[in-house]
Amino acid sequence: MNYFEQINQSEHQSLLQEIEDSTRALNVSRRSFLKTLGISSGLVLAVKIPVSNASPMKWAVGAKKDGEFSPSAYLRISPDNTVTVICHRSEMGQGIRTSIPMLIADELGASWESIKVEQALADQKYGSQNTDGSRSIRRFFSPLREAAATARWLLLEAASQQLKVPADQLECKDTFVMKKSGDKKIAFGDLIEAASNLELPPKEKLTFVTDSQSKYVNKSSSVELVDGHGFVTGTALFGADVQLPDMLVAVIARPPVLASKVKSFDEKAAKKVSGVVSVIKMDDLSLPAAFKPLGGVAVLAKNTWAAMEGRKKLNIEWELSEHKSHSSAKQKEALKESAKNADKVLRNFGDADKAIKDAKYTHTSEYYVPALIHAPMEPPMATAHWKDGVMNIWASTQAPQGAQQTVAQLTGVKPENIKVHVTLLGGGFGRKSKADFVAEAAILSQKSNKPVKVFWTREDEIQQGYYHAESYQILHAAWDKQKILAWKHQVSEPPIGSTFAKDTKHIAGEANLGLLDMPYDIPNVICANGAAEAHHRIGWLRSVTNINHAFASCSFIDEIAHKLKQDPKDYLIKAIGKDRHIDLTKQQADYGNYGEDIQLYPIDTSRIKAVIEKVAENSKWGSKRPKNRYLGIAAHRSFVAYVASVVEVEKTSEGKIKLTNVWLVSDSGTIVNLDRVKSQMEGAVVFGISLAFFGKVTFNEGAVQQSNFHDYEIARIKDIPPTHVDVMINDHPPSGVGEPGVPPIAPAICNAIFAATGKRIRELPLNEQNILA
Amino acid sequence: MITLKVNGKQHKIDVDPDMPLLWAIRDLLNLTGTKYGCGMALCGACTVHLDGKPTRSCVLPVSQAEGKTVTTIEGISADGEHPVQKAWQSIKVPQCGYCQAGQIMSAVALLNDNKNPSEDEIKDAMSGNLCRCGTYQRITVAIKNAANEMTE
Ligand code: FES
Ligand code: FES
Repeated sequence: MNYFEQINQSEHQSLLQEIEDSTRALNVSRRSFLKTLGISSGLVLAVKIPVSNASPMKWAVGAKKDGEFSPSAYLRISPDNTVTVICHRSEMGQGIRTSIPMLIADELGASWESIKVEQALADQKYGSQNTDGSRSIRRFFSPLREAAATARWLLLEAASQQLKVPADQLECKDTFVMKKSGDKKIAFGDLIEAASNLELPPKEKLTFVTDSQSKYVNKSSSVELVDGHGFVTGTALFGADVQLPDMLVAVIARPPVLASKVKSFDEKAAKKVSGVVSVIKMDDLSLPAAFKPLGGVAVLAKNTWAAMEGRKKLNIEWELSEHKSHSSAKQKEALKESAKNADKVLRNFGDADKAIKDAKYTHTSEYYVPALIHAPMEPPMATAHWKDGVMNIWASTQAPQGAQQTVAQLTGVKPENIKVHVTLLGGGFGRKSKADFVAEAAILSQKSNKPVKVFWTREDEIQQGYYHAESYQILHAAWDKQKILAWKHQVSEPPIGSTFAKDTKHIAGEANLGLLDMPYDIPNVICANGAAEAHHRIGWLRSVTNINHAFASCSFIDEIAHKLKQDPKDYLIKAIGKDRHIDLTKQQADYGNYGEDIQLYPIDTSRIKAVIEKVAENSKWGSKRPKNRYLGIAAHRSFVAYVASVVEVEKTSEGKIKLTNVWLVSDSGTIVNLDRVKSQMEGAVVFGISLAFFGKVTFNEGAVQQSNFHDYEIARIKDIPPTHVDVMINDHPPSGVGEPGVPPIAPAICNAIFAATGKRIRELPLNEQNILA
Repeated sequence: MITLKVNGKQHKIDVDPDMPLLWAIRDLLNLTGTKYGCGMALCGACTVHLDGKPTRSCVLPVSQAEGKTVTTIEGISADGEHPVQKAWQSIKVPQCGYCQAGQIMSAVALLNDNKNPSEDEIKDAMSGNLCRCGTYQRITVAIKNAANEMTE
């Protein structure tokens, strides 16, 4: 298997199945989560902590370095009492560089002031660093608190020996071990020597702080953002901000049509631009694209502007690929045909076709969501410096390990000689887990023998992305009196798999994202997928195909409620049916459940209903509203979290609408950083409004037609109504946070529009529907 | 040679007069707090103050900044003590943080002009600043809080 097939397998799986070696071990720990709330197997420690060369298992070997105590890959304690937390996940706005330290500080008994945060280099020892799929807390809650609890145990033991006081009379507090009676204490920093010589505690000895003991986790009056000061003073380091002595800035002219080749270009003209140093032709891309650079011609200059000016002069002649005949309008028709004839059955229960044929009442609707692009405020940015056999990379990457692997494959440098430093990401949304831009920097540094920063302009970002695929969906339902008898959902959308294996035409893991896990209690269900060809790179974007699948299924249930003259919220509760854990194996569905154990993370209808009831209560659903105000509701489970939203719109005298309020209730199980969970949900509302109002990338003659924020708009401050987020707090295992807020927003908006105007929106974006005031 | 006055300091730089101020600030003066987001005056990430007025540095030729006073995020308060920065921190406005320098520059300019802006005035003044992370609601609250603190 070649590397890119492996990527296909592993990355694909990471999205679709989310199973990685390291997390397999974590699964063991998660299994016990509910029962014991976290007392888990030593396997995790064995996987996580590099003690293999220490035999017997003493910390002394490799644990105490430079006078510091490193009881795990995730933290170390120095003689001056600093607790350094190594954040192995990328910070892209979700607040992980604050949340992980909160978790560790609580579990260790360290004061917030003693904590320093260090960003991890790419290294397998941390487990997966792929900051994607709403997994950071979900996957690392247990390993991180185990790491801290282990350190606490060692510190207590060490202090017990020194103070000659039984360990159970001691506690860790404010970065000291102190007697519970309060009369003696030793600073963590003074216990390093002793703690380093202790053996690892057996897992049964680990205890965890309780909710009432915790100072930071789950508390709303939390700590400041670790990067807050840097953000407000302009000193935080993003990918674009890396400056090295002698560094060149590269701007690349990439082919307008996927997999086209460079025929000729005017190197001289580009070099005439003052500041331009060199012009380097990139290798043409051979499909599948995977995470390889797109090809084209790079202009390297002393500053960004010179590079951009130089690029304008290249006058490239392209040999366009077969994708040059691709247009979105034509493709929409093809997707429609393919959806109609969807041939790959993904869930099959009862006999939906027959039930529809026999039923007295039926309804069919077709939905279309265009292609979307991430548009993080900071486009992809990476800097590489190839020197003395070592490739140092600084990049705003969501996936440093993946970047390391990709660069190794494309440059021939061994992974251990590739140091990937992760800067802050000016937003990610899935774009920055693809390493093409990192590879460009590495290749150019190798070729030019200089430090090189590859700078993506906004146009590059919008026109050369990994697109959320355009999708055509057809839904059919049949009912009798009030009860839905059959549900048929047909989907056609170019698959993510096509980015990794050229001839892939059917979706795989995408079906797990809001298609085959439809939660309504219906005796006859069929979900099926039709083939679709990709003509550009398809990738994942915040909440992935939940966006379009939830748009269709949450709209369609609302359509049925209205047909039945039922209150949409009451009908939604009724359609979901009684409290139960949905067992899709009985419905011939191979459900991935976001890589999680279905026992631990069931599809729990009581939790879907709970967020619906709560959001209805918060929005005063059912009570009299101000004049011309109308509500729409939608609820969706994704990334094993549950979110419901109610949108309120106001109808103007011209029959147009504007948003007046959004309510959102989320249930992500165990929470670490309540404030950041809220802010993620607030952000998800804005992201949802952006895609509902404006989201549309189109292709003509194979090339993207949009280029910047004037024609690929995102929501501005004026577009956003008051947003009321309510986070449910419970002790279910930690679930996704970053993505699950997005899917219900667009359907809730469209359901509100229907309530207000009687106009059913089945195609996004709304700014083309003559409905926005 | 162009002489630029940035955050109270004079700099002589050898630069193409057409280079947008943004690149002169970032690449030549190494003040990277000011961000690029679009290069077309659409997103506000590059907002600086030119003689106190919020200005999109990505479309302003550096030559036009000559003889004027340029303030960047680094010149607001290096220790983060400006009421707007403090409000931003206490409300925890930033998510990824990338747009926030531009947001703060627009907010500071607004409050310098209008001590007590209404919600609509805030939205008008901030409508040129995009935030993909969606921090708009907190921006509005933080500006109101900063206004209160500044008038106290
Ligand atoms: S970079 Fe100047 S407004 Fe966007
Ligand atoms: S905080 Fe990320 S773009 Fe505004």
